[in-house]
Amino acid sequence: MEQKENKGEKKKILIVDDSEINRALLSDMLSSEYEIIEAENGMEAAGILHNQEQEICLMLLDIVMPVMDGFETLAVMNKNGWIKSIPVIMISAETVPAYVDRAYDLGVQDYISRPFDERIVRRRVVNTLILFAKQKELSYMVADQIMEKENDNKLMIEILSNIVEFRNGESGLHVLHIRTLTELFLKRLLEKTDKYGISQKDIALICNASALHDIGKISIPSEVLNKPARLTDEEFKLMKTHAAEGAKMLNDIPLRENEPLIRLGYKICRWHHERYDGRGYPDGLKGEEIPIEAQVVALADVYDALTSERVYKAAIPHEKAVNMIVNGECGVFNPLLLECLTELSDTLEQEFKQMSEGSNAQKEMMDMVEQIMEGGKLDVSERTLKLLEHERTKYQFYAELSQEIQFEYTVTPELLTLSEWGAKFLNMPETILDPRKESFGTEVFAEEDFRYLLENLKDTTPENPSVEVTCLLHINGQERWSKVIARSMWGDQEPPEYAGAIGKIVDIHEEIEKMNHLEVMAAHDSLTGLLNHKAAKARISDILMGEGEKKYILLLFDLDRFKQANDTYGHLFGDEVLKYVADTLKSNIREMDIAARMGGDEFLLFMPYKDSMEPQVKRIFNLLTSEYKDFKISVSMGIACAEDCGGDYDVLFHMADEAMYEVKRGGRNGYRFNVHTGNIQKAKGE
Amino acid sequence: MTVKECYEAMGADYEDVMGRLRTDERVQKFLLKVLNDKSYDLLCTSIESGDMNEAFRAAHTLKGVCQNLSLTPLYHSASELSERLRGGQAYGEDMEPMLDQVKRDYAQMTECIQGLL
Repeated sequence: MEQKENKGEKKKILIVDDSEINRALLSDMLSSEYEIIEAENGMEAAGILHNQEQEICLMLLDIVMPVMDGFETLAVMNKNGWIKSIPVIMISAETVPAYVDRAYDLGVQDYISRPFDERIVRRRVVNTLILFAKQKELSYMVADQIMEKENDNKLMIEILSNIVEFRNGESGLHVLHIRTLTELFLKRLLEKTDKYGISQKDIALICNASALHDIGKISIPSEVLNKPARLTDEEFKLMKTHAAEGAKMLNDIPLRENEPLIRLGYKICRWHHERYDGRGYPDGLKGEEIPIEAQVVALADVYDALTSERVYKAAIPHEKAVNMIVNGECGVFNPLLLECLTELSDTLEQEFKQMSEGSNAQKEMMDMVEQIMEGGKLDVSERTLKLLEHERTKYQFYAELSQEIQFEYTVTPELLTLSEWGAKFLNMPETILDPRKESFGTEVFAEEDFRYLLENLKDTTPENPSVEVTCLLHINGQERWSKVIARSMWGDQEPPEYAGAIGKIVDIHEEIEKMNHLEVMAAHDSLTGLLNHKAAKARISDILMGEGEKKYILLLFDLDRFKQANDTYGHLFGDEVLKYVADTLKSNIREMDIAARMGGDEFLLFMPYKDSMEPQVKRIFNLLTSEYKDFKISVSMGIACAEDCGGDYDVLFHMADEAMYEVKRGGRNGYRFNVHTGNIQKAKGE
Repeated sequence: MTVKECYEAMGADYEDVMGRLRTDERVQKFLLKVLNDKSYDLLCTSIESGDMNEAFRAAHTLKGVCQNLSLTPLYHSASELSERLRGGQAYGEDMEPMLDQVKRDYAQMTECIQGLL
């Protein structure tokens, strides 16, 4: 077994004490032989344990500390199972018995009281490490050995029985068949009665031992063993010795006669040719004198012999074989076992086929696991730890490659762990305690966003654990739109308890910016930067349909003789004029006003008014009446009042439009209010 | 001044600390660290501001540090105060003499340690 210290690394000891001097003292005493990690309180310690549980081999823990004291720390260690993998030595001046007892109850291994004595500290640390390492090693050894032993056993049995069968001229399937049948019969029997005191674990062992039933045949000369014709009386007598011979062979294995497998094998070998009526061999045992294991194998042996092809006979079909056995044509069996056979009869053939066809290996593994689970005492084996380590390396590698901020959040203790890359990128520690109040939840996230994310995660279910939140994050001095994708993690209790979450942060700033930009583009006129008609209409409609007083006016105007400007000075000049007008509008309106270019040289202005409309209109009109380069600008303007349109934009627009044409008809360069207030019908669909 | 003389001047137990920490160099190194230890200041400010839980922890830490370095007088007075403060007991007049004793012992200890510099 590989031991960590073989790698030439110093073992790591975690010292948890709020006094820097005390930590330094202990560190001073231990640092020549160990690598020391320090924590100021339980919360910090929990953060370190969360990340480095596998690396820390011992913890020295003070009791009285701020934030999270020694007892609370032990509680957290128990909750997370860390107490099983990391031995803890309490260090404290507290010698009150109640304190000491409580510490031991919470899983503390030893206790060092102040003042520290160098020799005592070092000795206690070494002792605890040795003791703990022994325990750990033992539990790995037991786990590994059980697996190995079981596997070796089965392998040896299979080799052995195959040799026998090979010599018998059989295919090797017989052993497999016996095994399968034995299992099926035993399971059925167990459902019917518990009078034989057989457990699930025994079944596996009996099945293994069943393979040995014919090993005694190794002592039978092959001329007799493989004779196709009927055996003479003498030959038959010789043949019958295989039962007792097999048993003797097992019994003679030095020092192993008490192994359960050997004991079972002995019974099966010796008595699998006994008959329930006492007329079998070699001992003529009767009824329940015959061990149940041997009875079951005997039945399996007969059934398989009947249904298989042999040198001297053809295979007999399933139903016929069952009938022959039940009718007593092939010996006398325990009535209870015959019941099992009959009850299994319908499914036996099919099940038998399924079990024999290659699924055996997997099934054995399952059974093995089941057995181990039943035993219940086995801890994680070295193998599992290596697998975990492997997974962790893999995870780190991918996390590094992805260049994303990945995080893990746990509820107890409340802390957040960043991926290595993420921590470096954010320039933050990998472990953040109390993330709601510290850097991550207050600097990177806006506090309420982080709370919102956590609440959402907490409200998920194990079936539906994913959460996606888009928010503006503060990353390295920049505001970045980001998507947080996370899933909640649940404990294995029943019902599952919310334990925390894992997730990542994806920067979608460019995407969002682009979208915002597109939205802006879609709403604006590209030449003047004013809103276009569609966007203006949408905004004005919103206002018109909203609550409250509608004290708004709509101004609609176009430039007089604009065509001339185009014709005389060219289109580029025309564009300049339009821009000039737009700029005039932009710099003279208030935030609540809406200005838009309708197309061509037509513009729109929508604005609230207080008492009278005229001064406002006049001001705009005067502003617009101006000169750009040599071109004299004047406008024809129609005005309508929102109160008169019944909340309908099209009506309002139509009213202003009418007034504007009045002005044009009257010789341009002027403004006019629509006086037909209330008389205009809806103009929709025109 | 030697470490031994310093301990004698403080009325502290030199034999005891040497028995545990083994060398003069180490004892001296940690004595100098005591000058930078925050628990004494924290104890005084916590009592002033009435945070008795914090005061207890500070007294307790101070006591632990003194115990580790066998600074006997301050250990005793800090110990007595810390028992009085245990469990977040409210402030009482009777704390004053205890606190005064701690202050006197602390001042004397600081003075002696500075003699080592």
